[in-house]
Amino acid sequence: MSEPYRMNFTVDGENFTSAGDASGRVKKALRQLGFSPEIIRRVSIAMYEGEINMVIHAGGGRAEVSVFDDYIEIVLEDDGPGIADIELAMQEGFSTAPEQVRAIGFGAGMGLPNMKRYTDEMTIDTEVMKGTRITMRVKTV
Amino acid sequence: MSKTVSELVSELGLEALALTEGERELKGGFTGDLLSYVMAHLRSDEAWITIMTNVNVIAVASLTDAACVIVADGAEVDTEVVQSAVQRGVNLLRSNASAFELCKGLAQIGL
Repeated sequence: MSEPYRMNFTVDGENFTSAGDASGRVKKALRQLGFSPEIIRRVSIAMYEGEINMVIHAGGGRAEVSVFDDYIEIVLEDDGPGIADIELAMQEGFSTAPEQVRAIGFGAGMGLPNMKRYTDEMTIDTEVMKGTRITMRVKTV
Repeated sequence: MSKTVSELVSELGLEALALTEGERELKGGFTGDLLSYVMAHLRSDEAWITIMTNVNVIAVASLTDAACVIVADGAEVDTEVVQSAVQRGVNLLRSNASAFELCKGLAQIGL
């Protein structure tokens, strides 16, 4: 197998304005690599939701996107508070986002469900007070 | 019957804040203000009607591949949001009509 094409990003935890920069760049790169609009849409939405989560809950984090022969992998890692109850967090409508986040249209409790919806595999490794690492894969073949 | 974004602008009398790809064809519409809900349900090439006008709307429209955003109720849109739409190639439109009236308008022109 050839070496995967990788992209690394730092997600700024300070503002919502730059959130979406990394997913926007991934979208552009995947388009240049010739992926279908549907694959690009799924990867970029999943990544954007992850970026937003890191901004809302973890003060930012790191993202790595790797393009393998038959799938695209997105790894999101932060040093935030962790997810105390994953099952609850995965329920649509459940959110711990603060009021000012809801005022701009986020915090509907659909971030993690959307990440699962748009990817073929998703694993969450989390430890309270330590951080969270989410690995998502979208099959491309 | 398919319509382009430019046709939509002229037939519904919308204000074009950023018309980056007027020839784009519309395949339907969706209305919603909760961004993650929109990301879950809006399909490619749909017109997205919303009253939200922060810069994240442009990111969501771009990532979901919406054909255009129509801001309802004449909501105020900051210059930086318009600039972001131009940069990301998002068609950003506005109307004084409500979301409900805009949906009726889309139906009347055959969407």
